[in-house]
Amino acid sequence: MSYILESLRQLIGLDPSKPGPEEQAPEVRLIYSEKRREKLTPEALRAKEAAHDRTHDRHQWRNRRWLTLMAVNLLFVVSYALDVQLVEGALTASRVLGFHFADLNSALQVTLAFKHIVLNLVIGTLTVLVLWWLLGGRTFCSWVCPYHLLAEWAEKLHLALAKRKLVRDIQFHRGVRAVFYVLFALLALVSGYTLFETISPTGILSRALIYGPGLALLWVVALLLFEIFVSRRAWCRYLCPIGITYGVVGLTSPVRVQYNVKNCHHEGDCRKICMVPHVLDVTIRGRARGLTTDIGADCTRCGLCVDVCPTDSLTFKVKGLDKVL
Amino acid sequence: MTSRDPSTSQPPTPTPKRREQNRREFLRTLGLGAGMLGLSLAGLYPVINGVNARLRPPGAIKDRLDEQKFIAACIKCGQCVQVCPVEAIRLADLLDGVGLGTPYIAARDQACDFSCDGLQCVLACPTGALTHEINYPAQARMGFARLSRPEACLAVQGKGFHGPARGADFGGKLRFQEVDRWNPIPVAQHPYDLPLCDLCIRQCPIEIRLAQCAAGSPPSGDPNQCPPRHAIALEPRPEGRGMTPKVQDGCVGCGVCEMVCPLEPSAIVVDIDRNASAAPQARSVS
Repeated sequence: MSYILESLRQLIGLDPSKPGPEEQAPEVRLIYSEKRREKLTPEALRAKEAAHDRTHDRHQWRNRRWLTLMAVNLLFVVSYALDVQLVEGALTASRVLGFHFADLNSALQVTLAFKHIVLNLVIGTLTVLVLWWLLGGRTFCSWVCPYHLLAEWAEKLHLALAKRKLVRDIQFHRGVRAVFYVLFALLALVSGYTLFETISPTGILSRALIYGPGLALLWVVALLLFEIFVSRRAWCRYLCPIGITYGVVGLTSPVRVQYNVKNCHHEGDCRKICMVPHVLDVTIRGRARGLTTDIGADCTRCGLCVDVCPTDSLTFKVKGLDKVL
Repeated sequence: MTSRDPSTSQPPTPTPKRREQNRREFLRTLGLGAGMLGLSLAGLYPVINGVNARLRPPGAIKDRLDEQKFIAACIKCGQCVQVCPVEAIRLADLLDGVGLGTPYIAARDQACDFSCDGLQCVLACPTGALTHEINYPAQARMGFARLSRPEACLAVQGKGFHGPARGADFGGKLRFQEVDRWNPIPVAQHPYDLPLCDLCIRQCPIEIRLAQCAAGSPPSGDPNQCPPRHAIALEPRPEGRGMTPKVQDGCVGCGVCEMVCPLEPSAIVVDIDRNASAAPQARSVS
């Protein structure tokens, strides 16, 4: 229950809660006090990080994810180009081997604007709901959304420029995304038009890949330029309501990234590469309540932190799988 | 924000500097929100002005120029695009605002010739933006054809037509029953030799179906495929020379007449703000 509340708190843009000493398990307090006693020297930490950097599976999850993302999107493209009818449609709605699939956010927008419940859409929405609940909710963002991949590359440029002090990451309040979510829902209901779909880079990119490029790509380019020169990962962090939709789906999802405080050096490498670093605030020294903590539902399960952690303190977990096996 | 110092994990005391930072972040965020809201609302401009009203695929739920329901119901997935055998359907671009990603037909380039018989786009639509209430071509109400340049019309002038309808380079396709029952072929590969040009009547999908039904072989052997009314017919001119194509109230606005008309620009066009019930001059003809 506390996982769901804490996740919701982060999804609507509030800061992660901080535990008082009385909320921490005695063993966790012991771990923190031992770490205070035996401080790791910066040299030792750097040596550990360097050793991890040289491991062969340093980008294991990122590579798997990029491959999946490209494969899913290419499947749409190839299926239409070769007319093999495996996956028809685009990411907003499709038929997979004849079965209806509908993006949850697009279906919501259409239902609010159209004010009718369409049976095909209900079927497609439920299928997708179950699918992404099983796979982890915002897993959609980092493992399927084509904009995520472009934004990841734009982020690399942004960070390279920031390192040379050519740009500065201008941050906004994360709460604005939740405001947008409500606003776009209300606008669809009141105006009768799916206003968000017009500016959704996910839909625009998916259609551009499948049906050919158009002027709408200029909007995507503008967003990427904004993220490179002004604000790191601005669209996914502060704006996209799709993230909230799938975040809510992931509230009870079994697939999570799990944090173990025991061997963590609290050096913060994970938070530096994370697209939604607030979910990793638990890795700050003194923030953990128990020995293990499930990272909240705003996490996109991209696995960058799992890849970067030099002590394997962050790992993918499927809840209940150990009980089944 | 990413400090390693454990002391920052305590609730921060709101110093004046911190308050100022918060105030600035709030204002920045407000600006970002207003900007995004403004941009998404700008998408309404084309629909308010009706500049993006287009010929839509069969079954599009709309009332003449009022496309609100259609644009609202469309989930912008393009499944209709994928099933069309003549690739008549395209998706609207950014300048259509909230119409972005909605399907339309540029009839002069490639009209809907119903060569799928079963309204595949309607069947493919996951949201009913192309209403599932229609099953046959004759039930569609996409628009209404109008002889826009009668003085230029070859039939009116009593002229014939020889060669491919739109020249050798035209990429549009039609299904010709007598050539291939199933597959559409390029119009350029199907030259005509007509003593009097009647392409708009000859290629009209509704008229073709009526002729098939009259011959006792309705499309797919399904009598329900037979259109109840004529869509277009040649009428003798009072002066005696030439014939006038008259659009009749069985016209569904598919745009094939606009596509095959050999004149440049076409002498017959489809009006999207009219249909049979809104074209009184056609009613009397039937």
